[in-house]
Amino acid sequence: MSRLDETRKEGLGDSLGGSDPDGSSGAAAPLLTVEHLTLQYGQLRAVNDVSLTIARGARHALIGPNGAGKSSLFSVLAGSTRATSGAVAFDGHDITGESEVERARRGMVRTYQHANLFVAMTVLENVAVAVERAAGRPLRPWPSRTDRRIRAAAAEYVARVGLADRVNDRVDALSHGERRQLEVAMVLACEPSLILFDEPTAGMSAAETARFGDLVESLPDSVTTVIIEHDLDIVFRLAHRVSVLAAGVLIAEGTPEEVRADTAVHEAYLGVDRNDDPLFEVAS
Amino acid sequence: MTRRRLLGVVGALVLVLALAVLPLMLGNYPVTIAARILAFALLVVSVDLLTGLTGLPTLGQIAYFGVGAYTAGLVGIHLSTNLFVQVGLGTLAAIVVAAVTGALAVRTSGIVFLMVTLAIGELAHRVADGLPVLGASNGLAGIPAPTLLPGGGPLTLVAHTYWWTLGVFLVGFVVALVVTKSPLGRSMRAVRESPSRLAAVGQAPYWAKLSAYTVAGALAGAAGTAWTAQTRFVAPGDLAFSISAIALLCVVLGGAGTLWGPVLAAAVVIIVRDWVAGYVSGYRELLLGLLFVIAVYVLPRGFAGVAATWRRRGARRVAEREAAHVQT
Amino acid sequence: MAVFDGILLTSLNGLALAAVLFMVAVGLSLVFGTMDVLNLAHGSLALGGAYVGVVFLGTGGGLGQLVLAMIVATIVGLAAGLILSLLTRGIRDHLKQALLTLGLALIAADLMRLAFGGDVKSVAAPSPLDGTIEILGRPYPTYRLFVIAMSLVVGGLLYAVIERSLSGAIVRATVADRVMVEALGIRTKVVLAAVFSIGAALAVVGGLLAAPVLGAQPGLDNTILLLALVVVVIGGLGSIKGAALGAILVGQVQTLGVALLPEFASFLLFGAMAIVLLVRPGGLLPAAHAEVAR
Repeated sequence: MSRLDETRKEGLGDSLGGSDPDGSSGAAAPLLTVEHLTLQYGQLRAVNDVSLTIARGARHALIGPNGAGKSSLFSVLAGSTRATSGAVAFDGHDITGESEVERARRGMVRTYQHANLFVAMTVLENVAVAVERAAGRPLRPWPSRTDRRIRAAAAEYVARVGLADRVNDRVDALSHGERRQLEVAMVLACEPSLILFDEPTAGMSAAETARFGDLVESLPDSVTTVIIEHDLDIVFRLAHRVSVLAAGVLIAEGTPEEVRADTAVHEAYLGVDRNDDPLFEVAS
Repeated sequence: MTRRRLLGVVGALVLVLALAVLPLMLGNYPVTIAARILAFALLVVSVDLLTGLTGLPTLGQIAYFGVGAYTAGLVGIHLSTNLFVQVGLGTLAAIVVAAVTGALAVRTSGIVFLMVTLAIGELAHRVADGLPVLGASNGLAGIPAPTLLPGGGPLTLVAHTYWWTLGVFLVGFVVALVVTKSPLGRSMRAVRESPSRLAAVGQAPYWAKLSAYTVAGALAGAAGTAWTAQTRFVAPGDLAFSISAIALLCVVLGGAGTLWGPVLAAAVVIIVRDWVAGYVSGYRELLLGLLFVIAVYVLPRGFAGVAATWRRRGARRVAEREAAHVQT
Repeated sequence: MAVFDGILLTSLNGLALAAVLFMVAVGLSLVFGTMDVLNLAHGSLALGGAYVGVVFLGTGGGLGQLVLAMIVATIVGLAAGLILSLLTRGIRDHLKQALLTLGLALIAADLMRLAFGGDVKSVAAPSPLDGTIEILGRPYPTYRLFVIAMSLVVGGLLYAVIERSLSGAIVRATVADRVMVEALGIRTKVVLAAVFSIGAALAVVGGLLAAPVLGAQPGLDNTILLLALVVVVIGGLGSIKGAALGAILVGQVQTLGVALLPEFASFLLFGAMAIVLLVRPGGLLPAAHAEVAR
């Protein structure tokens, strides 16, 4: 409970909807701010008065047991669901009412938990769509010389995620892990400042997960990432800060070590502490 | 260029040549039919752009065909017999109507879009049937023979209007082909595959859909002007619902998204329909309906699907042969 | 005052048309709402009902004939709906399902034309209902009021079943989230067959009841299909209230349009649809749908 108060005290209100009064903390101003966000479905509060700040360049993980409201919170951040109350600010702008398209254009892009790709198109074409949107003219009805440059740029992103040998294959020929890699390539091609990863390693093998970790670590410092994850190993490897959600409420926040030691987190994952030995040992 | 690509280009050129010399080899009646098939085939191409490429199933392109046809007719009667003027104004009118109606229609998608376009098509049919300025149920008659050059003589020979229609068809087909290879074409396919994904990379699907709709409307309108050029008569019956249905069937039958498949299907369907109608008059709709039902069950991916299957089988045989070589 | 009377009577005609359209469109809407199947043969079903009217009431008849005709129409409709649901079930692709029903509509239209001829057949209203009632000093056909009353009864019954019974709850759940309903162990195939059959029966009965007003002729199937589609687009998919509201709006627009500006009636209808598409592309009162998982 104390952690939540601490987070509240960090003066979120200042960063919403406007300029930075200090002027000096331009680099330190948080990129994404969530203030008192609530998502209510009838009687159910999927997200209950959650407030968060995501620092620039940070790798921030959002964890919590099943049904904690991570996906709902993610959905509101991504813009596919409208919050019942509260506000979201990105880079100083209030984006609470903005659509997914508008958020993506600001540089806030997301991946999908269940792969959502252009299936009947090739790997290259999938990434080219993103490149074209960011750097080209996606509605031009005739081919031109810039098409080659777009394709070359797309091929670069494809190579960067390790899919160079699949560049001309159709998506339906790719494995699950390869599709996830493709998604990362598409997301990078949008030239994002914030990437929201929705359970990126779900269904991945250990090798694929490790490769994903390498990929995230290789991202430049200018790219901030928010990762929803179940795989605590990858969270502890990658994250600078971790927020823990349970039953729609933010119950803990801090560095991975702090969170790992937090009793509230233990209770949320493993149930109320009993005097007998716990069933699982939390990895140290 | 790969060998297959080269073969495709050569094949296309041979086909165009064959179509061009058609009037020198066949009598007037078959040439007239061929001209009508070409106009209809361009309409089918416009349907394929929307349905096959953008994933927007439509039964309403006939409306823009009608706009083009009636505009060309009215232009011919009141303004100019010059074919270029007619095709220009007719296509322009179709573009405007398509843009306005499309702006509303593409706010929906999938089967709801199909419903809306069906309504658009049928409403256009009724408007044509009701407006006196269009001749109402009697149709627009008295369209003078078209001319090609300013001050030139009227084109009365069937061969001449056929060649004009062939020209319009080829230009329209090339436009469609160019669009499929353009960034717009890729956006259209992205809309078909996953509009949500497209939105997630920051591109609102609405504009790609509207652009596709407008281009398709232009092609349908051009097809309509070509129709008027050779029939010199436009009737509400030319906007009948069954025509929209046949066009959609041709797209499904020919292989949605391939452009050439639906064109081939258009030729086959019209020829079969007219040939059979000669023998079994009075059962046209019944046979058409049967054709629909059979096509749905028998040809899951249309002609182009069959061609793709042959190609795959051929490739597999080559691969097996090579593997056998390696073994020995 | 005369103008007002005229408009009132035209509005009543609009309600009579709305009554018919409601019965035809509600089946279309629910079938689409439960299974995303667009039944383009729906207009043919209504025309079939009109020809049932020709057979049983053509040369005049009493209430007995009417009841008999309604029973026959219901049976024909249930059977047709069941067949349609079985045929469309085998096809996965929604576009192909639409094409299939389109083909069936064409076949049905030609068969009916061969059986009954291509001319307009008129049907007399059954005997106690063929008189007029005075409304505001003007005679108004009793039969049209009967049709309005019937649609209210049907609508009321449907509403009661859909909103208050377990079967109705299952149908609503299927419209909202088909996958979830399957996960609960309910065979949505059965739900679809039931919805299709009842919806088709309503369409046939609707066509039958409309026969004394609209007659029966080839081409009527297209007209009714067009109007039903506009009703569903305007009213929203998968809901009874939507079909009712859509039917009322379309009935009024079409009747007033034809009365006031006959050449532009189609424009008015399209205009109404366009306004709804502009403001609410999902229709005015669509049924609630679960959020798409993607």
